[in-house]
Order: sequence, then C-alpha cells, then structure tokens
Amino acid sequence: MNNKKEAAVPDPNKGMTIIVKTITRLTVGLILLYGIYILSHGHVSPGGGFAGGVIVALSFIHIMLAFGKDVALKKLSMRAASFFESLGALLFLLIAVIGFTGGSFFLNFFADKGEPFKLFSAGIIPLCNIAISLKVGAGLFSIFVILVMLKFTVDGKKGN
Amino acid sequence: MHNIIPIFVIIPLAGAFLTSLIGKKVKGVPDMLGNLSTACLLIASLLSISFVSKCGVLVYKVGAWVPPIGITMVMDGFTSFMLVTVNLVAFLVTVYSVNYMEKFTSKWTFYTLFLLMLAGMNGVIVTGDMFNLFVFMEIASVASYALVAFGTEEEELEASFKYLIMSTVGSLFVLLGIVFMYSYTSTLNMADMAAVLTQKGAGNITLFTGVLFLMGFGLKAAIVPFHAWLPDAHPSAPAPISAMLSGVLIKSLGIYTIARIFYNVFGMGAKFTEVLLIFGALSMVVGALLASGQWDFKRLLAYSSISQIGYIILGLAIGTPLAILGALFHLFNHSVFKSLLFLNSGALEYATGTRDMRLMGGLKEKMPVTGRTSFIASMSIAGVPPFNGFFSKLIIIFAAVQAGYIGYAFLAALVSVVTLAYFATVQKNVFFGSPSGALTASDGKVTKKWDDIKEPPVFMKVPVIILAIICIFGGLLIAPRFSQNFLKAATDALMAGKDYAATVFGGLGL
Repeated sequence: MNNKKEAAVPDPNKGMTIIVKTITRLTVGLILLYGIYILSHGHVSPGGGFAGGVIVALSFIHIMLAFGKDVALKKLSMRAASFFESLGALLFLLIAVIGFTGGSFFLNFFADKGEPFKLFSAGIIPLCNIAISLKVGAGLFSIFVILVMLKFTVDGKKGN
Repeated sequence: MHNIIPIFVIIPLAGAFLTSLIGKKVKGVPDMLGNLSTACLLIASLLSISFVSKCGVLVYKVGAWVPPIGITMVMDGFTSFMLVTVNLVAFLVTVYSVNYMEKFTSKWTFYTLFLLMLAGMNGVIVTGDMFNLFVFMEIASVASYALVAFGTEEEELEASFKYLIMSTVGSLFVLLGIVFMYSYTSTLNMADMAAVLTQKGAGNITLFTGVLFLMGFGLKAAIVPFHAWLPDAHPSAPAPISAMLSGVLIKSLGIYTIARIFYNVFGMGAKFTEVLLIFGALSMVVGALLASGQWDFKRLLAYSSISQIGYIILGLAIGTPLAILGALFHLFNHSVFKSLLFLNSGALEYATGTRDMRLMGGLKEKMPVTGRTSFIASMSIAGVPPFNGFFSKLIIIFAAVQAGYIGYAFLAALVSVVTLAYFATVQKNVFFGSPSGALTASDGKVTKKWDDIKEPPVFMKVPVIILAIICIFGGLLIAPRFSQNFLKAATDALMAGKDYAATVFGGLGL
C-alpha cells in the first residue's frame, strides 16, 4: 500500500514538506476508516450520516492539502464525486419511496427492526445514513475542489 | 388519496438528481426529464383540487409517525390552490426553457437547480411542520441564488451575492422566530402550535415572533422595506427563472407563509392587520413609482412585482372573506401575467440582444406573437376590464371600501392608474412607435440589424400563448361554478383561522 501511494506522487516538490506527507500517509487511512465507523454506527452512537460523510470527505481533502490537488483528484475524480453526490440523494429518496410499500412515505419498512444497540438493527436508519454520507462527503469534496480551482484561475489572471 | 401529497416533493427531487446523474452525457435528457416532471406535477396538482373538494382536508403522516411527534403534510383548499399556481407556471416555464436555454452551455445544471427550487416551493406549500417549512424554504432559496447567478457575468454575480446575503438574514429571522415559538409552545407541528397558542393565550412572545416572521418572510416576499434585493436579482436571472422568481417564488416563500402562519397559527390580530395594511400600501405605491422611472424592461417588471405584491398583502390584511378572495385571485393572476411578461422580455432579449427599451421600437410588426401577448399581459396587470387583473383589483378595492378603508381603496385605484401609465409607456416604446433602423447600443455599436429580428422558436411561443389565453379568460374563475373548489376553498381555509388545528387533527382520522 505504501509503494502504491508513493507511485501516486508525481512531483516531490509539490504540496507540503516531507514530514507532513509522511504523517498524512500514515493517518489518512485511519481517518477514512474512522469516518466509515461513524457513519455505520450512526444509529447506535453519536454521529451519523452527516458527520461520517464529512470525515470521509476530510480524508480526501487531507490528501489534497498534503500532496496537491492532482493526487487527490486521481483518487477521486470530480466526475466520480458528482456521480456519488447524485447517487446519494437518489438512494435516500429511493429508501423513502420504498416506504410506500408499507403504506407511507419514509416508513421504516423492515418488519424485524433488530435488537436495540446492535449494529444490524434500526431498519432503514443505517441505510439512510449511508446515503446521506455519500451525498455529504461527495458534496463537501466537490465544494472544496471547486474553491481550490477558483483560486487558481484568479491567481492566473493576476499573473497576466 | 393521501398518497398524492408527498408526490409533490418526490417528483421534482427525483427529477433533479436523475438529471444531474444522467443528463450530463445524453443530450436531450435534461429537457425531457424537466418537462416530464413538471407536467406530472401539474396533473397531480389539478387532481388535488378534486381530492380536496371530495374529502375536505387531507393529512399525511410522514413515516407513519403520529403527530404532533412526527412530521405531517397537510392539504387543504389553500394548499391545492397554491400548488396549481406554482406548478402551472413551472410547467410553462420548462417548456419555454427548451429553446431559450440553448444559449447557455450546461442545460442539465439549469434543470437540476430548477427542479430543486420547485421541490423546495412545493415542500413549503404542503408541509404542516414549522421546521420542515424552514428547511424547504432554504432548499428553494439556495437553488434560486445559484439560478440568479446562472449567467456568471459580473452584474449577475453581484445581484446573486446581494440576494444571498439579504435572503440569508431573512432566513435567520425566521429560524429565530421558530426557536422562540418552539420554546413557548414545545411543539413544531403547525396545527398543534395553533392549539397550544389558543390554550396558553398569545402573550408578548407571539407579537415578537410575529415581527420576526414578518421580517423574514416579508424579505422573501419583497414587501417594501425589505425589497432591495429584488430589483437586482430578478432582472439578472435568465428569463425563465425571472418568470419563476417573480411569478411564484416570492409568493410561495413569502405570501403563502405569511398568510398561513398569521391566519392559521397565530390568528390575525388588530396589530398585525395594521402593520400589514401599511406595508401593503407602501409596497404598492413605492413599487409603482419606482417602476415608472425604469428603462430596463426586466427591471421595470421587477419593480412592478413589488407593487402588485402590495395589492395581495393589502387584501390579506383587510381580512374579510371578499378581500382574501380578491387577494388570492390577484396572486393567481399576477403569477400568470407577470411570468408572461418576463417570458416576453426573454423573447425580446433573444431576438434583439438588448433589454433597453429606448433602443427598441415598432417591434410589433416583426414579432406579432410577442407583441400581442405582451399587450394582453400589460392590460391585465394595469386592470383594464375584460382581462383577469381587472376583476381581482376590483374585488380588492370593493372589499377595502366595504371594510371602511376608503383611503386604502383610493390608493389602490390610484396605483392602478400609475401601472397603466408605465405599461402604456412600455407598449409605446417597444412594440408601437416608429421602427428604429437598427438597434444601436450606447457606444454606437449595432447589436442587431432590423432585418435579422424575428420571432423566437416554437417552444418559446406556445407557453406565452397559453398564458395569454389564461389572462383573457381568467376572469371566469370568480364565476361560482369555477370558484367553488378553487378560490372559494382557498379562502375558506384561511378564514377558518385557528380552527385549522381542529381541522387538521380531525383530518387524521380519515
């Protein structure tokens, strides 16, 4: 995994110093995992889809800050981010609409809702959390990328 | 039958995200999805009229949670009336956009934002929950900020930024008001809130919250002291969006919410009546006076919107059944003729490349459809007899006289004359008069040769013709046969006042 990441760095002069890069390489996977933990345990502990999505997005933004935007965009391109954003919203809506099978919009349609405080419980709530985290994570990442790109063009104009 | 209520939020949301998912790659999909969604919404909203007339109030429990704990969606006469108004204009605007939006690069962005805005507006109208209302209002507002800046020219970005700041401040007032109401009544359900307020008695906190709501929603409705964003934001947007913003957005986010909260939740008191009367009259007069000095066609229309909003607020403030009927009728009429005028301004800009009325002239020979429809719309908005605007203004003025507000009735009649004056100027400068050989900008550059000017493509003509027909025959809506389930039902829903709570909880059992 380490070798792969190093291969993804095209220019050692780009981004921040070697210290930051090394620490980023160590922590970024953990941040991603922590985000997934938060979003998947949203129904049994504090957190949820929004918080988990933000942390997942932060792990990608972390790469962008340390290595520059090209490396980060190679991991998650703008097209993929915008795809996941739409997909998240549609999944959330789909879960809500499936509630109609039980007679009501947003109905928690699982007959067996599981045991309280167990990971596989609470019916549609974990599914909704996953959809929300997709939407929020991809959305936040896109906003960050767009702000970065905007800054670059303004700098370019000033240079001219 | 209840299942129709969430449809109004599901269809535009699904349409929006499907457009952004697949509309990017396949050409023609955004147009198709956008028009299909709005057409379905129009049919559903027309169906909702007959449902409401059959069953009275429909209440929907989202997720089968029992209110006041869960979120409810409520559909009564007022709701279905607003839904028809919003979705009628939205459908015609999407048809118009098929051709008009060709000149912009990313059609799918436009339709995504448009459908999100529509989802927000429909959500505000159907929801029966205070906080849900705030969320939907923000969805519609945020989408509209992006749509105002759609051309990304300097002027548009400035207008959008101004709109964003002012509108966010308005939203904050609303949020603060909701917080106070929640702390006083311990509920967010609007019907339950009304019941608790009746029981506990309306204290000073209701007055204070009323002021906060009046500022917040008044800013969305562009009533005069809070109107400064509108004359910049509405002309800067692309023409179909201007039509949506002026035609229905300010009404669903502003007028509808004010009417619903002040009549059905708070119960209209003498103090609110007085404030609304003054604001209404002020908007009416200031909007009309400012409009008379404009040379930019769309800017003139924007100021004229403020003036017409004044009429609606005035009618709502007077508060007799006749006045409310007049106000709601004027709301419907205004959304028809104002969106028609904005669509016409889009056609003019499409054909001539300018919005400055001093450069135009004699265009009725070159653009007969645009010329005739805009003549009909101008006469309607000025209140000339056979058209729909005449009847609604007449009812408002009658109601004002009946209720003893002679001064306000006089003002309303006077502003109507001013409106006729500036729309006559528009007609003279743009469509009649001598044709200018070529359109020249202020720096002497020819923007478009006289021979090159022609009517816009077919999809830009059909919606304006339909809207013009509604303008001509709209007066029939007050005939008892048609008004029974439409205007009368909406008026009854508002006149019920705080019986709203009992009706909603009664509707749960169905």
